[in-house]
Amino acid sequence: MTVISSTKNLEALSFTLIAEFDAGVERVWQVWEDPRQLERWWGPPTWPATFEQFDFQPGGRAGYYMTGPEGEKAGGWWLFTSIQAPSQLEFDDGFADDNGAPVEAMGTTHAVVTLEDLGGRTRMTINSSFESEEQMEQMVEMGMEEGMKEATGQIDAILSEHARA
Amino acid sequence: MVVDPMSDADLDRLFQAFADATRRDIVRRVTVAEYSVSGLAALYAMSFAAVQKHVAVLERASLVTKEKRGREQIVRGNHEGLQNARRLLDEYEAIWRQRVVRIADILAEG
Repeated sequence: MTVISSTKNLEALSFTLIAEFDAGVERVWQVWEDPRQLERWWGPPTWPATFEQFDFQPGGRAGYYMTGPEGEKAGGWWLFTSIQAPSQLEFDDGFADDNGAPVEAMGTTHAVVTLEDLGGRTRMTINSSFESEEQMEQMVEMGMEEGMKEATGQIDAILSEHARA
Repeated sequence: MVVDPMSDADLDRLFQAFADATRRDIVRRVTVAEYSVSGLAALYAMSFAAVQKHVAVLERASLVTKEKRGREQIVRGNHEGLQNARRLLDEYEAIWRQRVVRIADILAEG
């Protein structure tokens, strides 16, 4: 697996990451389509995600929470806006309160996931756009609370892999 | 890594500042070179006063600084304010890099 590139657009508050995987498009699609696989990678290692609701169809919603080391919970929701299996998925991503209700004040992120067949390998492009810097900050805090330190080693490994490639 | 929280008021100002195309354009320009307010006003189909207002919004959001030089007001990019937005995007990138590693682990299982 290689992270090919990432691009940040400061003015538009958007972010694009391209990664390649040694697996076919159908297989990579499953890590998005199957909530049991999705929850193994969406939350940081120390904040695993649990998807309680997963209505995988255009207009459908997903509801999840992440559980922190002290048992604290951070809720979130997705609204699937476009699903074109196995090549493209778009959804809005926002915060939820303890009851799973959307917290509108925190805004949403719009994500576009594109999977391309590279002859048995798959290129995954993630594009995320934020409504505001405040929203971005919340998003980052939520994903970062723990797990950053242990992830640093992994990131370095990816970067050195990329440097050799 | 802990994200230094900005106050809600700071964030509101920053968000407002970026929400306008002219203001984004001003930020782009003044991070590369300094401009006088009248120099900026010449670039847009709006009054000097309107441009001055945009600059004031950017100044309150800590995205630009303004200083008087003779009869002119010189506008420059505020590196620190821009760095803050950049840092947040850097950290978001780190989250996605972690996720990619974990997806690869799952795929490696077959």
